[in-house]
Amino acid sequence: MSQFEPTIVAFVCNWCTYTAADLAGTSRMLQPYNVKLIRMMCTGMVDPKYIIRALLSGADAVLVSGCHPGDCHYINGNYKARRRVKLLQEMLAQFGIDQRRLKLTWIGASEGNDFARTVAELVEEIRALGPNEARAVATL
Amino acid sequence: MATIARIDIDETGPVRAVQGFLKTLLARGGVDAVLTPAHLVPAGTVMPTLISDPEALERADPLSPAFPLNAARLVSRLTRGSTSGRHVAAVLRPCEIRAFIELVKLNQGGLDNVLLIGLDCPGAMTNADFRVFGLEGDPLERTREFLRAVAGGESRPGGRSLAGACRVCEHPAPEGADLILGLHGADLDRAIPVLGNTARGEGVLTRLGLPDAPGAPGRREALDALTARNTAARDAMFEATAARTASLAGLAEYLSGCVNCYNCRVACPVCYCKECVFLTDVFDYKPDQYLGWARKRGAIKLPADTVFFHLTRLAHMSTACVGCGQCSNACPNDVPVMELFRTVAERTQGAFGYQPGRSPDEAPPMTVFREDEFSEMTGEAH
Ligand code: SF4
Ligand code: SF4
Ligand code: FES
Repeated sequence: MSQFEPTIVAFVCNWCTYTAADLAGTSRMLQPYNVKLIRMMCTGMVDPKYIIRALLSGADAVLVSGCHPGDCHYINGNYKARRRVKLLQEMLAQFGIDQRRLKLTWIGASEGNDFARTVAELVEEIRALGPNEARAVATL
Repeated sequence: MATIARIDIDETGPVRAVQGFLKTLLARGGVDAVLTPAHLVPAGTVMPTLISDPEALERADPLSPAFPLNAARLVSRLTRGSTSGRHVAAVLRPCEIRAFIELVKLNQGGLDNVLLIGLDCPGAMTNADFRVFGLEGDPLERTREFLRAVAGGESRPGGRSLAGACRVCEHPAPEGADLILGLHGADLDRAIPVLGNTARGEGVLTRLGLPDAPGAPGRREALDALTARNTAARDAMFEATAARTASLAGLAEYLSGCVNCYNCRVACPVCYCKECVFLTDVFDYKPDQYLGWARKRGAIKLPADTVFFHLTRLAHMSTACVGCGQCSNACPNDVPVMELFRTVAERTQGAFGYQPGRSPDEAPPMTVFREDEFSEMTGEAH
């Protein structure tokens, strides 16, 4: 039996995590290919409805990753994102969506290593968790 | 000590007595008009009505079990950006006041030119039940009959259950009101206590020259008993709803009657967006998209995005849900929307220690943040 390959949608900030992902790539670090990156200008722009949309469309996990506290180019977008992710985790848990399927991290532009490791760990964690139930429900 | 006056009730009954109080308010309370539920002329149901002619108060009936809509949005209209110096009094249920306070926080209403008169809420009927119960015979008599049954502790006053939202309402007193009509525990053959609950309320009460009341005997006890009963019912409702929606499949089944008419959103007093994203073309898909989904999954139900709509609405406003039940009241397909929204709201409001409508000074959770919170989410040490 082939092993379950999770699909992960990552909303990443242009100024930090996206750059880190780029760095991981140009440094030829080994990375799982399960992650679909969506580049945002700031995590503060990640509207909850797009996270919900991704999860209902069958993404097995969503990663939101931005600048470290104090480093957000729009001053506090990352703190606002944290509240929104918290809200969604709380909400989605009611419907049996494991909170690990929605992850928030801070990864700075120079932290290519961190990005590669975070993504690899997330893929393993979600692989162990199994597919998102949304894949099997046809009426969402 | 708070000022307490009383509205005496004679043989014409409590509704006439409250009408008399509202007339006094128009005459001496410094208000130019009163927004109150009233029986429509020449006939029809009960609707919020803005009354400036004391004669028209003969149709006012804020004690009626009719609750056709949450009037918070209407009070917004009457208060937002008002500069005329003219004042209105609004007679509201507790959940209407809480919703209005939420709107004030979002600058969709103002507190400056309004006197909030809150009812100790006896509960309300669904629109469907009220149509059967309330529209026959002398409407004021029907209200009196309803109040008697509620005061007597009947679980089905007037032969109808109270609306589901009212049966699980743990806030049946209008905490945020300027003046409180203290119905809980009152002897409705004798008098209704009026409690000054804010400085503004006290000021108005003093001007009205109503007889003093020694207090509101029995109110605290009645309120505590009602709150305890409703809280127990609420917790049972939470448990049942959580069990039914514990998976996405369960949630999909729970919402399976939904046709995306968005009535629940329109009826919701705290759905605050001026333009709902679901009315824009953001989630208008091309025909190929549907066909693609159908091919990929084998089948998709249409309309699509019913669960998506509710989850998005929950993300937007569950922290502000005041439990008024108008979403369920408005649903053409009897989807138990209130139960779902309250169950999730309990979680989301709890996560931020937020209670909607408690105070105009508490910021809605998604409009603020602290640097030193939720650091466990990212594993950062602060
Ligand atoms: S979601 Fe329903 S119960 Fe909650 S405030 Fe809106 S209409 Fe009232
Ligand atoms: S009112 Fe009922 S049918 Fe209409 S959108 Fe809301 S839940 Fe769906
Ligand atoms: S700019 Fe990177 S999170 Fe705001």
